[in-house]
Amino acid sequence: MAHDLSPRDYSLTGENGGTGYDLADWYITPVDRKRLKALMKRSDKAALFNYGLWLGGVIGFGALLIATWGSWWSLPVAIIYGVFYGSGGDSRWHENSHGTVFRTRWLNDFFYQLASFMSLRNPYVWRWSHTRHHSETVIVGRDPEIAFPRPPSIWTWLLNLIYIPSLLGELSKMVRISCGRFTEAEKSFTPTIDRGKAIWTSRIQLVLLLGVVALSVGLQSWLPVMLIGLPTFYGSWLHHLMATTQHAGLAEDVPDHRLNSRTIYLNPFFRFIYSNMNYHIEHHMFPNVPFYALPTLHEEIKHDCPAPYPSLWSAYREIIPTVIRQQREYDHFATRVLPQGAGTTPDTARHPMAVAAE
Amino acid sequence: MTNWIRACSAYDIDNEDVIRFDHGGHSYAIYRSPEDEYFCTDGYCTHEKIHLADGLVMDHIIECPGHNGQFDYRNGAPRRSPVCEALRTYPVRLDGDDVLIDIGDRA
Repeated sequence: MAHDLSPRDYSLTGENGGTGYDLADWYITPVDRKRLKALMKRSDKAALFNYGLWLGGVIGFGALLIATWGSWWSLPVAIIYGVFYGSGGDSRWHENSHGTVFRTRWLNDFFYQLASFMSLRNPYVWRWSHTRHHSETVIVGRDPEIAFPRPPSIWTWLLNLIYIPSLLGELSKMVRISCGRFTEAEKSFTPTIDRGKAIWTSRIQLVLLLGVVALSVGLQSWLPVMLIGLPTFYGSWLHHLMATTQHAGLAEDVPDHRLNSRTIYLNPFFRFIYSNMNYHIEHHMFPNVPFYALPTLHEEIKHDCPAPYPSLWSAYREIIPTVIRQQREYDHFATRVLPQGAGTTPDTARHPMAVAAE
Repeated sequence: MTNWIRACSAYDIDNEDVIRFDHGGHSYAIYRSPEDEYFCTDGYCTHEKIHLADGLVMDHIIECPGHNGQFDYRNGAPRRSPVCEALRTYPVRLDGDDVLIDIGDRA
């Protein structure tokens, strides 16, 4: 069988950057309105408990890092601190970008700005980018957040375990936006109304980072940058490992999150760090449901979805050979199996998918 | 020009909730606030064409089910990105148990 060996144009301003799907085209599993309303409900109490634990971890292990600095004990402490700061911060950036975590608006906004700084993201440009990602999930030429364009770069993935390619990208973006410059792709999804705020936020983030670097230089110590700034690089690996499973190796250009996203089961600590984003089909299908209600939503709709992966490793057992094969077969992807009786739309039914036999 | 039409029964909408109402080729969202007041806006979000009746009502805010954009449904004002453009609103009154909306010059 001949395979397509011509690379696709993933840029938002290229040949595939035309009109994508309407939101109404995407498949949604029917859920009773009263049930869904209960699941969408926001709770400051549930959110503050989670964020209290997380912030407590950041501050507690940060204090421990200061206390053990100069001894070998600081190494394991830094690893744990980095996970809370880098990986925990990244998932909380994402949750607050949706504004679904807290019922109280200013708490969402406060944690969004904090987590954006911790993950070195511009909160405005990324919110708009992520809005597009939700409208056009893995639609080539429309989704700015396709992490595994075919052929996927394995080196980039490995380097991103220590956030190197993303580091260079986000830092250069911070400097560029501070100077008021946006790429054509960014302009395509960020309206002018938010560009001024994006510029000023990048400037503030840059000043804060430079302040920490200046403090390190002044004190002749790595400790300040090990506490603020560098944890994004040495601590994002766990988030990167988990977030890779969201869409890697799955179908492109299909308006059905059951076929282009994965739901996987994780242990409670990983789910805590990752803000339950392992329920990724559920999150995409119902972005109004806060992270703490996703396990319940999963039970509600799993009869209509492919079987969840039982572990992180089980997802990688599919991703690794798929990504390797995509190095030479750009049209290859992992096919999800819908259960017997699962709903479809005309758009999804046109795409290759397997339906489990009775 | 006023043009009052019956949209639904007051009991069709739960407290702090929203329902969809279609009439004359247009779609509307009818809200019941926590204070048991009724309001009406256009049905579709001004950001992308997705119906607000599938969204979440919190106090006087409707959150769009597509991208979590928010409006104040009392006056249609955008309250959270990605929505930037206001929703059109329509006068509402109760006639007994009936919720009436004034769709003006719309058929």
